[in-house]
Amino acid sequence: MNEELFVSGRALPNIDPTLHVWHWPISIDLFFGGLAAGLLLFASVFYLFGKEKEMPAAVKIAPIVAPIGITVALLCLFYDLTHKAYFWRLYLTFRFESPMSFGSWVLLFITPLSFLWVFSYWRELFPKFVVNWKWLVYIENLAIKYRKVMAILLIPLAISLGAYTGILLSAFNARPLWNSAILGPLFLTSGLTTASAVVLFFTRDQIERKLFSKILLGFIAVQLFMLIHMLMGYYSSSEAQLMAAELLIGGEFSFMFFGVVLIIGLAIPALIEIAELMGYHTPVSIPVLLVLIGGIVFRFVMVDAGQMSQFMY
Amino acid sequence: MRYAMVIDTLKCVGCSDCVVACQIENNVPNGYCRDWISETVNGTYPSLDIELRSERCNHCENAPCVRCCPTGASHIVENGTVLVTHDECIGCAACIESCPYDARFQHPEGYVDKCTFCYHRTQEGKLPACVSVCPTSCLYFGDLDNSQSEVAHLLSTRKYKTLAPEAGTKPQVYYLI
Repeated sequence: MNEELFVSGRALPNIDPTLHVWHWPISIDLFFGGLAAGLLLFASVFYLFGKEKEMPAAVKIAPIVAPIGITVALLCLFYDLTHKAYFWRLYLTFRFESPMSFGSWVLLFITPLSFLWVFSYWRELFPKFVVNWKWLVYIENLAIKYRKVMAILLIPLAISLGAYTGILLSAFNARPLWNSAILGPLFLTSGLTTASAVVLFFTRDQIERKLFSKILLGFIAVQLFMLIHMLMGYYSSSEAQLMAAELLIGGEFSFMFFGVVLIIGLAIPALIEIAELMGYHTPVSIPVLLVLIGGIVFRFVMVDAGQMSQFMY
Repeated sequence: MRYAMVIDTLKCVGCSDCVVACQIENNVPNGYCRDWISETVNGTYPSLDIELRSERCNHCENAPCVRCCPTGASHIVENGTVLVTHDECIGCAACIESCPYDARFQHPEGYVDKCTFCYHRTQEGKLPACVSVCPTSCLYFGDLDNSQSEVAHLLSTRKYKTLAPEAGTKPQVYYLI
């Protein structure tokens, strides 16, 4: 028997009996942050490779979701702060050891760039919805002129944003489930998986459809490898991490982790895309929806289960 | 100077006087606490081993809450005490997530709050409120860098432990066992 009680009646809100200070807005933020990072990375990479015309969905259309996603992510972050009036303090300092400080600076630069990127293609995509104000046209022309510079800047910023969503969690030694170095690349890969699905949804071009089916399959394979690697990491670690892994394997999150994240969110879309490449057509919205559901549930599982994992003493 | 607290688990009776003293001294809002009493029961009946601990922020030397704070609101002062500057805190809760002892909480006013080793008292040369009221005198407070201090003497003569040392935080609250 090993039992621990608070005999002085401690019942701190959101902390006892299990920690839950980060709620749904954080999971939503991590999802949209990763999705936007993936979309902007695809857009800038294909643009720099000169595939603007061959890959219209990846470069021009799907990135529209990025500034919307980043805006939702920022609103969620702001909503989750409990001392909101002081949020500007984030931008009076840069703290190298704090992933949140790093992430807030990345967001400060990537947010306007994501809007400018979409704006630079707006007239081409939606000619009926153009306002010809002088200053707006001036900004538009600048954005078009410096698209290459934006693409070069967006690559490191998007990778940082995508990886940051995982590093934010992995930097917490106190939560054994999060304390895995694989989380940074894993969340980046998951962001790229969901972004591939969104590009697939928007593409009407057969070559682009085929290429992104392969890209999606590739990222699903990498993500599955990383998820298995993450579990192997827990099983070869300390007792605290063994207990943390039990939350996912056999514990209360096992259905969501195995059933929704691994099977519905990754394995089934992978099978559908393999069938697609073999010539069996399925409506594209099905694998896209499954991947997005898997991506969002993955964030909820990791944020909630991570907070339940702790050191025992 | 490095302030530390030493707690004799063999003398603690779990009366919660330290908890009440802290709440009154620091005007801790109703339903919250900066320190608390843990009772750990180990073994199989009838050979049970009970340990009572008065717990609080461990004022870690390698404080993860300070490292992860995005604004610098959480900081360590020259005597080793870990403090939170309220009007620099944005309430992001990263420090709460980073603390293996769950010693921090969100104050109803929004900022993150925790034990300060009664900084306002120690600055005046007084003991923290919890230490000053303990009826069994199981709480000791002092400067670990001073080899003549009571806390240094206790740690050099008695067996002790810290909580979750595997977390690598170098806690400055020691438990005599």
